[in-house]
Amino acid sequence: MSEAAMTQTDIDVAIQLIGMHKWYGEFHVLKDINLTVERGEKIVVCGPSGSGKSTMIRCINRLEEHQQGQIIVDGIELTNDVKKIDEIRREVGMVFQHFNLFPHLTVLENCTLAPIWVRKTPKAEAEATAMKFLERVKIPEQAMKYPGQLSGGQQQRVAIARSLCMNPRIMLFDEPTSALDPEMISEVLDTMISLAEEGMTMICVTHEMGFAKTVADRVLFMDAGEIIEQAPPQEFFENPQSERTQLFLSQILHNG
Amino acid sequence: MTAEAADLEVAKINKFRDPRIRAIFYQILVIVLIVGFVAYVGHNTAVNLEKRGIASGFNFLSQPAGFGIGIVLLMDFDSQTSTHLDVLLIGIINTLAVSISGIFLATIIGFIFGVLRLSKNWVVNKIAAVYIEVIRNIPLLVQLMFWYFAVLSVLPLVGDSMSIGNNFFVNNRGVNFPAMIPSTGFWLIPVALLVAIVASVLVRNWAHKRQDLTGQIFPVFWVCLGLIIVLPVIASLIMGNPFTMSYPEFGRFSITGGWSLEPEFLALLLGLSIYTGAFIAEIVRSGINAVSHGQTEAAHSLGIRPGLTTRLVILPQALRVIVPPLTSQYLNLTKNSSLATAIGYADITALFAGTSLNQTGQAIECIMITMLFYLSISLLISMFMNWYNKRIALVER
Repeated sequence: MSEAAMTQTDIDVAIQLIGMHKWYGEFHVLKDINLTVERGEKIVVCGPSGSGKSTMIRCINRLEEHQQGQIIVDGIELTNDVKKIDEIRREVGMVFQHFNLFPHLTVLENCTLAPIWVRKTPKAEAEATAMKFLERVKIPEQAMKYPGQLSGGQQQRVAIARSLCMNPRIMLFDEPTSALDPEMISEVLDTMISLAEEGMTMICVTHEMGFAKTVADRVLFMDAGEIIEQAPPQEFFENPQSERTQLFLSQILHNG
Repeated sequence: MTAEAADLEVAKINKFRDPRIRAIFYQILVIVLIVGFVAYVGHNTAVNLEKRGIASGFNFLSQPAGFGIGIVLLMDFDSQTSTHLDVLLIGIINTLAVSISGIFLATIIGFIFGVLRLSKNWVVNKIAAVYIEVIRNIPLLVQLMFWYFAVLSVLPLVGDSMSIGNNFFVNNRGVNFPAMIPSTGFWLIPVALLVAIVASVLVRNWAHKRQDLTGQIFPVFWVCLGLIIVLPVIASLIMGNPFTMSYPEFGRFSITGGWSLEPEFLALLLGLSIYTGAFIAEIVRSGINAVSHGQTEAAHSLGIRPGLTTRLVILPQALRVIVPPLTSQYLNLTKNSSLATAIGYADITALFAGTSLNQTGQAIECIMITMLFYLSISLLISMFMNWYNKRIALVER
């Protein structure tokens, strides 16, 4: 590979996991994970519970530590170097299953906290940015309320806005709709779809197969800590290769 | 027709089966019983006191006390001329001195050990666990006796004082250390301190505004700390060090000069704050644990550093859980200070409800005043903590 080609791939690659392993004590949670995510690519990760999907994306912003292999995010390798971890976390937004909004702060303060204290943005500017993103997730009128006063769907949209306020280049979604009532799922998915359409690099752990079909460039199936199969959605759903994928899909599509 | 029938039905119901009427009846019954009991006891007491020829009233407060007191702070006391009112005041001052310093110390100990108890470091975690479990499970009275009789009383005699440097002595009569005696021009130093405190508040407000406008974060804590240290030092230099130092010196039988802390005070302070600190540590630990780990993860995923996460996200939420039980620990500490009697510290219980009562026989008055005092400061502490709790709780919604 020529030098020019190298740099070319470096720029285009957002996330790279190379031979990554993780253990919880004796338990081998992630086994030899290899994954390359290109800039602007949208990836949906699915699989049965306990298969290590969440753990894998939580390794990408170091909420979990990996024990072997390499994780390279935005050209920065994740090591124990605190400064590197901070740099990566600033570039990588994350949305959680249970929203994890700060209950003691208003919606607006939730969105401005990190820009003010991490990016050292002036308050007025941070608030303007926050309002812009709250408008994008269609809840600017809730800015002065506290998270406890909002519905689940609204809270999750605030959580997305809060992440976007840091202008991340990559977004991780950890089962963002699993804790929501059915009628609120679509409002969150719509937000995520519009984000995808703008070209954000995204990794979503989700069981929303409709979302995977519309948005994903690639669907990953994980089981027992391994990536079993990965393919573009059409191929993945119509012609799954492994038996485990077929079994999983038949279960999920029956229920859905 | 049907409406009338219903009215008739209602009219027939036995009034006493109506819960509202029952409630009123029982409330009146309880009040009558309580008033009757109090009147009976009061009458009985008055009759008995009269029979024994004990005059009630508060005249005894202006009579000379006629006994000496070990520890006198902020006041002059003379066993011949000082009255029982002076005794009461000294008791109050001594109780407040040990309670207030105890609350400060217990809070510091509690927060440190509460955080250490959560540490992932095995050794640190276990040290905190052992401290909390041992201290919480031994009666306070026994611990006070331990500090007084087993630790402080077996320290060397005055003649063989342990010394730290040349001016700091530890012996079985307490701790002696150098004192600063103000001379003319000293006034500028407290004034400078006051100015520094006011300036700190201003700096804090200014830093907030500047951060809002420019985003720059100002090291408020260090600058304020600097102000509070540097301004008094400058004031002192301007006035040419307007104080003399008094160093403890060995006399024939005792150490003279300097300041000293008596072993009774030290034992009570250590006992109370170490004991209460263990409870506060548990409260702090549970308060921090009550904040879900998701909060930390959310803050970290936004790139907020661990220290800042604690300050901006964890602590504001943990405090809401910590403050109410913390208040009751402060009340416990204050009330437990009455165990001072056991080791001879001159608090209000030992002095006023003890010696003064024995000397004058005015049991009811002495006990009442003492109870009223504890009640008042407990209520004051409660009021303050409730105000603080409301202030931090309001932030929620």
